[in-house]
Amino acid sequence: MQFLNKTLAIVWKDVLAELRTKEMFSSMFVFALLLVVIFSFSFDLRVEKVAEVAPGVLWVTFAFAGTLQLNRALSAEIEEGRLDGLLLAPMERSTIYFGKMLGNLLFISATEAVMLPIFSVVFNLNLIRPAFLLTVFLGTVGFAAVGTLLATMAANTRAREVMLPVLLFPIILPVVISAVKLTAGILDGLPWASLAHWLRLLIGFDIIFLAVSYMAFDYLVQG
Amino acid sequence: MIQIEGLVKAFGHTYALRGIDLEVAEGEFLTIVGPNGAGKTTLLRILATLLKPTSGLVRMNGRVLSPGDTEIRRQMGFVSHQPLIYSDLTVEENLHFYGRIYDVHRLEERVDVLLDLVGLEGRRHSLAGTLSRGLQQRLSVARSIIHEPSIMLLDEPYTGLDQQATRMLRGLLGAVSPQSHAVVMTTHNLAHGLELCDKLVILSRGRIVYQAERGSLTLAELQEAYWLYAEGEGGLGAG
Repeated sequence: MQFLNKTLAIVWKDVLAELRTKEMFSSMFVFALLLVVIFSFSFDLRVEKVAEVAPGVLWVTFAFAGTLQLNRALSAEIEEGRLDGLLLAPMERSTIYFGKMLGNLLFISATEAVMLPIFSVVFNLNLIRPAFLLTVFLGTVGFAAVGTLLATMAANTRAREVMLPVLLFPIILPVVISAVKLTAGILDGLPWASLAHWLRLLIGFDIIFLAVSYMAFDYLVQG
Repeated sequence: MIQIEGLVKAFGHTYALRGIDLEVAEGEFLTIVGPNGAGKTTLLRILATLLKPTSGLVRMNGRVLSPGDTEIRRQMGFVSHQPLIYSDLTVEENLHFYGRIYDVHRLEERVDVLLDLVGLEGRRHSLAGTLSRGLQQRLSVARSIIHEPSIMLLDEPYTGLDQQATRMLRGLLGAVSPQSHAVVMTTHNLAHGLELCDKLVILSRGRIVYQAERGSLTLAELQEAYWLYAEGEGGLGAG
């Protein structure tokens, strides 16, 4: 119960700060919007091409925009030593990980929720359906799980903005591939049975990333 | 209350602490002075469980210090030159946040008491980022004692403060210290260090080079000892 209470305290602290500044949401939203516009022009999307490229464009957009959130969320803690304030508290260090991870999940999901209708209009596709929303959620969980850990690692380096994508994108590849394949299958109207292995892979990587990050975080923040 | 035995901390091949033996009794205020790189901050960060020692032992309230021991952290309050507060939250929200992660009971009442104690009652709804450096440090003191710790660790608390803010903080620390059972403070400033302490040590290049009881020491004597033992040794160490 204490674990949950403290995890939620960390999430709520980030939500309060974001509600006040709207710094991260607006940055992610504008960046994601610009990416969609650039992709739509650069691919010269005609009706027959849309379904082929839309899943990739969608997940590249979410991954790039999400990286902004990951970078900012952790560097804000490490700037001026605020992470010490959390590390000094009488709680397992994994509480900090889950608090920051849930915050990242929440903010990235909020951006995705705003972007999906825009995406639907720009690409003339119906993306607001349960199977697709589940895919987005599962993909975002994996992204936030490993991204929070790697952002903590990168935040301690001088070139943190460069370091995070360099560390994150190779590792997150299985999640992105599974999510893209699932998205494509859903858009093509394939039955769930033929997509089940991608779904299992996505859930599997979510669990692995969460477990590894949970175990590694304590070691990472220990001086 | 605090026993330190043979404490060593190395960062790679660089030694920040080279075998510290020290004891802080219940009710005692220990000041650690020393030049830059003497290892003061490293020592305090080990006591705060923010750093793991390379070797040696620290006991606090009879418990051997280990980074995984969450209970020992409940007994400590930590103030550094960085206030460890969130500038986009109000003064009250900062204290509520820290109160929640320290499991403080009757949090509303405790926040009221602390705001009154540190003189920030009128700034309760101000964003912490809009406070002056001195007021932020007062908020930092409130943050550090929200859970009523028995041990206070103060790492260069006066750094970056102007004369007026330093005076205010000195008064505040003087008021807060008797509520704790032991206080360890590091500082560059010999006068500030001497003023509040019961015992004083000079740390230089990772070693304790001088120890004295407050009663037997004047500022002039301390300055002489500091010059002789710390600056005289070159003063530049690791960490």
